[in-house]
Formats: sequence, structure tokens, C-alpha cells
Amino acid sequence: MTDLPGYPSRRGFLKATAAGFALSGVAMSAKAADKTPPVPLDQYERSYFTAEEWAFVMAATARLIPSEGNGPGALEARVPVFLDLQLAGRYGAASDWYMEGPHDPGAEPARGWQTPLTPAEVYRQAIPAFDAWCADTYGKGFAALSPQDQDAALSALQKGEAPLAPELREFFGILLANTKEGYFADPIYGGNHDMQSWVYIGFPGARAAFREWPERHNVKYPLGPVSITGERA
Amino acid sequence: MARQEKKKDVVIVGLGWTGSIAGIELAREGLEIVALERGRDQNTVPEFKYPNQIDELKYGVRLENMQKPAQQTVTVRRNGDETALPYRHLGSFLPGNGVGGAGTHWNGLFWRPQAEEMRLRSYVKENWGEGIIPEGMNLGDYPVSYEEMEPYFAHFEKVAGISGQAGNVNGEIREGGNPFEAPRSTEYPMPPMARTYDSAKFHDACKAAGYHPFQAPAGIASTSYVNPYGMQMGPCNYCGFCERYGCYQYSKSSPQTTILDALKRMPNFEYRTHSEVLKVELAADGKTATGVTYWDEAAQEEVFQPADMVILSSYQLNNVHLMLVSGLAAPYDPATGEGVLGKNYAYQMTGGVSLYYRDANFNPFVGTGANGVCIDDFSVNQNDFGKLGFIGGAYWRSGTFNGQPIRSMSLPPGTPSWGAGWKEGIGEWYGHAMSIGAHGSHMSYANNHLDLDPTYRDRHGRPLMRMTFNWQDNDLRMIQYMKTQMEPLAATMQADITKSSFKDIGAQYDVRPYQTTHNTGGHIMSENAREGVVNKYCQSWGQHNVFVMGAGNFVQNTQYNPTGLVGGLAYHTVDAIRTQYLSNPRPLV
Repeated sequence: MTDLPGYPSRRGFLKATAAGFALSGVAMSAKAADKTPPVPLDQYERSYFTAEEWAFVMAATARLIPSEGNGPGALEARVPVFLDLQLAGRYGAASDWYMEGPHDPGAEPARGWQTPLTPAEVYRQAIPAFDAWCADTYGKGFAALSPQDQDAALSALQKGEAPLAPELREFFGILLANTKEGYFADPIYGGNHDMQSWVYIGFPGARAAFREWPERHNVKYPLGPVSITGERA
Repeated sequence: MARQEKKKDVVIVGLGWTGSIAGIELAREGLEIVALERGRDQNTVPEFKYPNQIDELKYGVRLENMQKPAQQTVTVRRNGDETALPYRHLGSFLPGNGVGGAGTHWNGLFWRPQAEEMRLRSYVKENWGEGIIPEGMNLGDYPVSYEEMEPYFAHFEKVAGISGQAGNVNGEIREGGNPFEAPRSTEYPMPPMARTYDSAKFHDACKAAGYHPFQAPAGIASTSYVNPYGMQMGPCNYCGFCERYGCYQYSKSSPQTTILDALKRMPNFEYRTHSEVLKVELAADGKTATGVTYWDEAAQEEVFQPADMVILSSYQLNNVHLMLVSGLAAPYDPATGEGVLGKNYAYQMTGGVSLYYRDANFNPFVGTGANGVCIDDFSVNQNDFGKLGFIGGAYWRSGTFNGQPIRSMSLPPGTPSWGAGWKEGIGEWYGHAMSIGAHGSHMSYANNHLDLDPTYRDRHGRPLMRMTFNWQDNDLRMIQYMKTQMEPLAATMQADITKSSFKDIGAQYDVRPYQTTHNTGGHIMSENAREGVVNKYCQSWGQHNVFVMGAGNFVQNTQYNPTGLVGGLAYHTVDAIRTQYLSNPRPLV
């Protein structure tokens, strides 16, 4: 099933264009590993985050999906880049949401998003508030804590034991959700670098053509993922 | 000052399933028709084409194909004592947007209601007496019977291109179909879909337990097909991107794949996108509509579109909202039971069991939105309401319908939600889980209703609609009964781990997690003008030239996904318009 390295095989191309649609160029089906390496995260040019916020999300996502063990961590998947781009865009600005007042940010959680803040504003205000709580509790800001203390601080944040204003209550929830989004979304959004998370779990990405597979019972699908731009891994 | 457009015979508000059905059937009568659609135009190419549509973040999570709350939403409260708060971003339900409406992003589960569900109050009365109907439940009969509806269901199945296997053709029970369905006049237009591993396991367990499994009826083409309008569908490739997505390969049944290209060729049909209807305008006596006023997004101005007939075919919530702001009927008052508009809002009651097998490979990304094997052994017409202590039922289904990892990552109980344990869990369990779902009925209640919000307004200055809704004991007892029946069946399937999720008695409605986009009622059908908003032909009791389509007509919700009944009612309505109304416009009842 493996193609020879460096040789774009006909079968490989067909695998990449699983639906039988011709993509616009063979170059687009090049193996992801052939690409120029992306800019290192510490040199990444941010669209939304400040330097302090960047340090926080690098540290926090590295605990939410750590690098140790099998599979990529959030940093290998470049989740912080995804977060930065999402918060700089329509999601961060809540462009599609109904944001008119009056607001009742203290309403029961089951009533949904009720803060007047957008997701980008929640990150902006919650990061220093949580960092201040970490400094009070552990003597240092979050990014400077040991991994064990970082995990304990994030657990406290998740359980509501690190008190934030009601307007910021959704912070942990969106931080975790956005981190998983960046881990699993198509690489065009900046995360899931080289489709490593898809390779890890066995999701074939944008292949989206399985005509002969429904009745192949209990047989593991053998092909690796393709991305929307035609990368393979 | 509104611009005025040239008068049309018919104005259609919303170009989804029912607007498309009304459009093509009335255009074939030679009428001059304009359809007004709030959202964008959408076609298989370019909007839904491969590979762009295969994008979980954009469409599955950020909901690009859906209604934008910034443009239109509701407020929600769980009882009359709460202050309703806006549904600020979509969660529990996902109204569609743009040409094709919710018909573009549905899963394709296609059902006819049971005959008993169309006359549920009478069925209860005959078998157990009205004494078993709980206080506050607005249990009703539909003013049209299954038998009257049967030809329209059959026709809609041919148009929509449904794959399945009949269980009851003219009273003859057929092996492999659903023996508890009402009699059908015909087989499904296409053979059933292929069976995945999880549904095969469920099938075998059901057979062993003495139940009656059958392949889910699907608005997904199992083979190549040409419908009565000459529209062609291609066989599905089980890409696993149905719900929340437009189909990239002409396989999922939708207005685009089954009606719209035929309709757009007709010279007497026109449609305008980014045209949001703000109000139905009434004649001075209020007995007829004169047309609609809409917001033309491109021109940034209000436009009056005069018409002899008005067809309201937007999503259920938006139909009710438009009727409320236009004053088409008296708003429902739950305290007195007076008024009709907004009455009998209902939803869907669901629950299920997940099964985890270390050594099984389910390939969860292989599937369709309507994949799976079902049983109806616990459906409305199989349950002894008097003995069980509830009115209702559920169908059960098992079948992979997407393996998209952001949202479809089923993990065993106790798996951490983040950190090393979570990462280990996704590696261990992705592809090794399956589920069985119970999809249950939801009755109508005095306390669950729709009206106008006193505080929040939309971008045009109109009040938002307010939803008052909570789970009720009757339906919670129903789903708890399903739990007692499903858990023993799941136990026979010998998974390594199982996990149940069924709402408990006392559960409160939570707007955050996705549940279903099966919002029903609010402009219900009725035998008389005191009890509902429209008659059996979905014709407004108040204004005979206004016809209202969709699930808002449902007296109470059935145990099934609503599209089959929605489309059947639409064909029933347009047939009445064609054969009875056009020659002599008047109240048909």
C-alpha cells in the first residue's frame, strides 16, 4: 500500500482524489512531508494574540493535549496558530451571533452564551484574570508553572474553583473546544499540522468516498488521510 | 417608503422543500410565481462541491450552511416564571438558510407517520379512555387521516428519491420491512442502502430478541434514479458528510437534487435571494393577504410584493414568527387556552446507548445520515399507554452516520476531557464505538408555546419570537421506558463497555448541546378555527389566500423525523389549491 518516496504514483494520485474528481494540479497531491517546514511557533507572526497571550495559549494547549505519549500534542499540531487565526476572524468577533443586550451573564449555564463579550474578548480578559489567580495561588503566572501545577490550575479553572467574573465563565469551555477544533480541523485553518491527529486516530479526512466499504465488516480502512488542498499523509 | 414590485399570482416565502414543491406544482398550473429567500443561492456546484464541503470546522462546527442568529433567532425560557434569554449562537437546533433550506443539510431520514399518530387523541380515547391524558397535554387528532395522506406520501417518496424496503404494501406484510408501518400503496422507489457493521450487529441482536429489524428509509440514493420531474440522482458513496452539509455528489435528497433545476427552467417562476420577508400585508378587512413586504439586502430597502396568494414556507420557527408579527391569527394564551398562534410547540425526545468494542473496527466515517437498521417494536402503535404510564413511543436505530472527529468522538465513561488521558482515549477508542438511538415522540402541552418577546428585537426592529419550552414528565417517562428496554438488548451485544444517555425525570431543557432540528407546531392544523391556525389543507382559517407549509402544522410531534410528513402535507395542500382553490378562491373548509 505504500508509495515509493519521491515518486508520485498513479495509484497514489487516485487515492488522493478519492472521489474521482480531477484536482487542479498533481503538485497538490504531494506528500505533506515534502513541504517546506512551517515557521516555528516562537517566530510565528500573530494576527490576534499579544505576546503574553501567546505564551499563555502555548502553555495551556500543551497541557490540554500534551506531547507525551502516542499521537501529536497541541504544539506539534500547531493548535496555537489555529486559535490565533480563529480569534482574528468571524468566530472571534461572534459575527454570526445575536449579541444585542440586555445581557445576563450570570444566568444558569443551560441558558447558553449570555456574556456580552465575544470569544476574542473573553480570551483577552480571561487570560490576565486567570494568570492573576495563578500568581496568587502558586506565586507565578500560568506559563511559568510546572506542568503539574499547570494541570492543577486548569482543573481548578474547569471546575469553577479559579473564580472568574460571570462574563468570563465560558473561558475554559471555549479554550478546550477551540483546542480540540484546532487539533482535528482540516490543516487549512492552521492546526492539525501534517494531518497528524487524523493519522493518529485513523480518520481519512477529506477522502469522502467509500462506495465499496459499508459491507466490509470489521475490516480496518487502510488508507491515510487527504486534506482539502490535496495533501496526503 | 417601500418600493413596489409587479404583482404576481403567488408569492412564496422561503425556498426550501415546501417552497420548492409549491413552486413547481403551481408553476405547472401556469401561475406567475416569485419565491423570496432570505439566504443565498445554493447549488451542488459550486456551493456544495468536493472537496470544499468536506470541512468539519466550517460547516459542522461554525455552521456556515445555517441560519445566522445575528439575522434571526429566538429567545428561550423553560417556564412562564423565567425571563427568556436569546439563543445567541446555535446549539440545540439548527434552522437552515439559503435556497434549499434545511432540505440541504438534513440527514435524509425519511418516515411516514403511523396511522395512529395522525389520530392520536381518538386512538387513546378508544383504547384507554381520555382519563389517561395528563393535565396540560394538548393531545389532538390531525384533521387529515393517514388514508387521505397516503397518495401524497407515495408521491413525495418518488420525488424525493427514497431508498428502503416496504414492510406493509396494501396490508401484505413483507419480510425485511417494517411490519408496524401503516399500509403503503407502493414499494420505495429505490432498494435499501447497504448495511454497515454496527447496524449488522444491531440487526442480529434484534432478531435474536424477537424484534423486527429493517433498513432505515433514506432520502439517499442507493442507485441511480430519475424522479417524476426528470431530476437525476447518483448512487451515494457513503462519504459520511450528510448532516450539516450539502451533498457534493447528487445523492442526498434535497430541493436542489430533486426539484429546483426543473423549476428554474420554467419561465413563469422567478426567485430572489437575500430577500427577507418582514410582514404579510393584509387587506383592510383582514380576511385576505395582499402580498408581503420584504427587505432587499442588495438594495438596502423595503419592497412590497403584491400577490393573489401567499405561501408561507420558511422554517417552522420563522413561519410562526412572521405570522405573529403580521397578526394573522390571535396569539395563544396558555393561561386561558384562548388564541391559536404559537400553540402546541413541540420537539423530539431522544436517548441512547453507546457500545465500545476494543477489537472491532467500525470505520465510523463510512456512512450516511440515514444509515442504519431500525426497529419499531417500541413505537407508538406497539405501546400499551395505559399500562406503561405514558403516551408515545420511539423508533430505534443503529448506524454510523459520520466519523468527524471534532464532534463525533464517543469515549467511554471516565475518560478525561483533556490531557494525557484524553489523548490516550481518542487513540484507543476512535473507530471502536457504535451506538443505538431511540428517537421518540413529543406531545404538545399548554406550557410549551411560542409568542413575541417583550424585550429583544431583531435587526429590523421586530420583536424576536419567544419560545417557552421544557421537557414534560410524559415524554421523560417514555424515554425512561426505552432505557429499560434498550439496556438489556445492548447487554446481549457483549461490548467491552456500554454507556447510557437518557434524560431523567425532572430534566431541564438545555439550549447548548445539539438535539434535533425537529421543531414543530405553532401554526397547527385543526378541525375548526378555535383550535388551530390552518385547516386540513394548511389554509389559514383567517385569510383564505394564505397557505402555510411545514412542521408548524403538526398537532403534536410524531416519533419520526418530520420531513416525510412535511412533504406529504405540502403535496396535499398544493393538490387542494390546484383542484379546488384556483377555480374558486375561498375557504376550503
